[in-house]
Amino acid sequence: MELRKNYFADVRRDDLHEIGQPRPRSDSPGHVTGKTAFFADRNFPGMLHLKMVRSPHHHARIRSIDTSEAEKHPGVVKILTAKDVPHNVYTILILIQIGPEDETVLADGKVRWKGEAVVAVLAETERAAQEAAAKVKVDYEVLPAVFDMQEALKPGAPLVNEYHGQNYYLYDSGECRKVRFGDVEAGFTGADHVLEQSYQSSPIEHAPTETTGCVVAPEGNDRFTCYTNTQAMFFTLDNTSIILQMPGSKLHFVGGTVGGGFGGKVDVIVEPIAILGAKLTGRPVCFIYSREEEMQISSPRAAEKVVIKDGVMKDGRIVARKVTGYTDAGAYSRHSPYGAQKGAGHYPGPYTIPNVWIDTYCVYTNRTPSSAMRGFGVTIGDFALEVQMDKLARLIGMDPLEFRFINAYRDGDMKAHRQPTEGAALIECMQEASRAANWPVAEKYMAMSSYVKGA
Amino acid sequence: MAIRRGRGVAAINYPTGMNLGGDPTQALVHSTPTGNFMVTLSSVDLGQGMKQIMAQICAETIGVPTDRVVVDTADTDTGPHCMGTFASRGTHRAGNAVIQAAREARQVMLEVAAEELEVNASDLETDGQGNILVKGAPQKSISIFDVALSAHFKRGRSISGRGMFLIPRSYPEKETGAMKPSTCYAHACTVAEVEVDDETGEVTVLTVKNVFEIGRALNPKMVEQQLVGGSWMGISHALYETTEPYYPNRDHGGTDFNQYLMPGPGDLAETEIIVLERPSADGPYGAKGPGEMCANPQIPAVANAVFDAVGVRIDTLPITPERILRALKAQAAN
Repeated sequence: MELRKNYFADVRRDDLHEIGQPRPRSDSPGHVTGKTAFFADRNFPGMLHLKMVRSPHHHARIRSIDTSEAEKHPGVVKILTAKDVPHNVYTILILIQIGPEDETVLADGKVRWKGEAVVAVLAETERAAQEAAAKVKVDYEVLPAVFDMQEALKPGAPLVNEYHGQNYYLYDSGECRKVRFGDVEAGFTGADHVLEQSYQSSPIEHAPTETTGCVVAPEGNDRFTCYTNTQAMFFTLDNTSIILQMPGSKLHFVGGTVGGGFGGKVDVIVEPIAILGAKLTGRPVCFIYSREEEMQISSPRAAEKVVIKDGVMKDGRIVARKVTGYTDAGAYSRHSPYGAQKGAGHYPGPYTIPNVWIDTYCVYTNRTPSSAMRGFGVTIGDFALEVQMDKLARLIGMDPLEFRFINAYRDGDMKAHRQPTEGAALIECMQEASRAANWPVAEKYMAMSSYVKGA
Repeated sequence: MAIRRGRGVAAINYPTGMNLGGDPTQALVHSTPTGNFMVTLSSVDLGQGMKQIMAQICAETIGVPTDRVVVDTADTDTGPHCMGTFASRGTHRAGNAVIQAAREARQVMLEVAAEELEVNASDLETDGQGNILVKGAPQKSISIFDVALSAHFKRGRSISGRGMFLIPRSYPEKETGAMKPSTCYAHACTVAEVEVDDETGEVTVLTVKNVFEIGRALNPKMVEQQLVGGSWMGISHALYETTEPYYPNRDHGGTDFNQYLMPGPGDLAETEIIVLERPSADGPYGAKGPGEMCANPQIPAVANAVFDAVGVRIDTLPITPERILRALKAQAAN
């Protein structure tokens, strides 16, 4: 890595003692010698193992659940169903007033994706819990499912989630988050070329070294200590408090040393049910995802579809950009309404465009709920935007890098969401990339600056 | 049939912190009797090294070496609230909270030192080595070790501070979408060079040159580890990864690392990282959040390089050999 100190030297202090110093990480020796304690290193006498009975169907009504055979299985201590969870219907962002509550801790009457948790089995060993889970009999009536976002948005599509009432998240702005800036249709009319293209991504996995999980110990004083690898301690504690209808003062969360998150550990999934298990049995409980659960049950990055329509002039100026983004939330909201909305704030990318129209939709389908992942709301949008930029440049016969200089935002430029640009540095990044990659651009672009002219 | 070479570019920006703000983080700082400093948080270190960075920020602000700072984090019985480690917010939000707490503690420390030295606190400065000096008369000084002892056992002062950082929440206007998504943005430009085998559809990323503007590299070695890792993840995202290979079909999803593909050590591109620093107005020592954005520009850069190499656009991720071959076949048919 190289630090290029010649850029922005006039606005930076380089005389600090500790900041800017490549100090060795104090936790590295523990990590590389295996001495660092992670949550799963906690072991308590009498600890129970929790395993889930999961839906084999994408969408089904639950006619009945029969746990009688599973209860007789050697080593089984407790079996939990929806009726055991005090506040079974929840949504994690309710803490910042993004509702409605739309997801069940344990399925109640219905499953909406293949893999959904239906019954929790607590047993003396992991194997006993697994074997007993296989003996739980669930009678399902299979319902039609919808997997494609465009199909889900059509009238008459199977309704994925009754708590929403339609297959999209209803924002205060309506069926999508909107940004309107200038007159996009007039921009297209006046453009030399108009290009509309569609981009698609697939769900991906966070793939942390350490899978999602927690270990819960009752403290004997009505308090429960939960050792967890959550990315958000109080977020998890406060949601657990709601789900279990238990005062937050009864909960003690310990974590903070995590083997990779990437956004995969901000859903509140394992802690509430494990703490409930510990409360109802009076024994320590561990609930740790297998690698298969981490990959297919734990929320992936959402699949997204992005449609971009641009009006561009022969001289390289983009004069209008319309973006329609679709985020596949799967069966439940989790963080997807937030992610889709983040996209609306991000488009049209780091470019100054006078006419912009943005709609971002959060769509429900019968698949594994997606949620947060490194850059969500932006990453797929950037893939779409930057491939589109390449296509536009080639359409007008211009060098793709020079084309970006022409449109790059600079300090003071008004963004589509009506904030003036501050602290821009896109131009300088491109200038340095031009040098580093030996991709020459015209001198006038190398002379540009993100600073406001004359300021 | 041939191996064809191409290159592509992408330029991006990325907001720091939770979209639309409203995501607070608090910190507490206190001195031990011998002048070591404890930072108490409930923030989570995901492996990226947050504890180390918080220690350096506290040390810089107090005026002591980093090894005199201990970070105690992620215990809800002791640590004050933090929204969590996500949205490229850890360093920016918690760092600002630590600075505020450390400033308050530093002020008490200087007041105690002033009493010991019989000068005004405003005339004192720290040397970053663990001493407090009178400005312009450095021979008149006291160690922070002695100041902490005095505060505890003689003067009855608590060298401690509270810090809180919150960007007030912005609510998007319904019709126009007027809003404030973020207060600062990191930037990047990536150039990727690939080889595409037009017989097998296989893509080899030869080089990836990433320029990142991150506000301030608080610890350059740790910045490097995060940016190199992110660059790898971006390439992996572009070419390999999916839990549903035939989305929206739900079948054929991988359940372990034999079935879920990622590039191995032999597939690593030659990676170059260049960092620019334009300090942000509200970042701790100017830092922005590069945690997420560093994995983004490689994806379109690789996609554009594939087009440059073989003349087909793959607008669906991941860019698998199957998709490339199908596109080449369609191109040949036309």
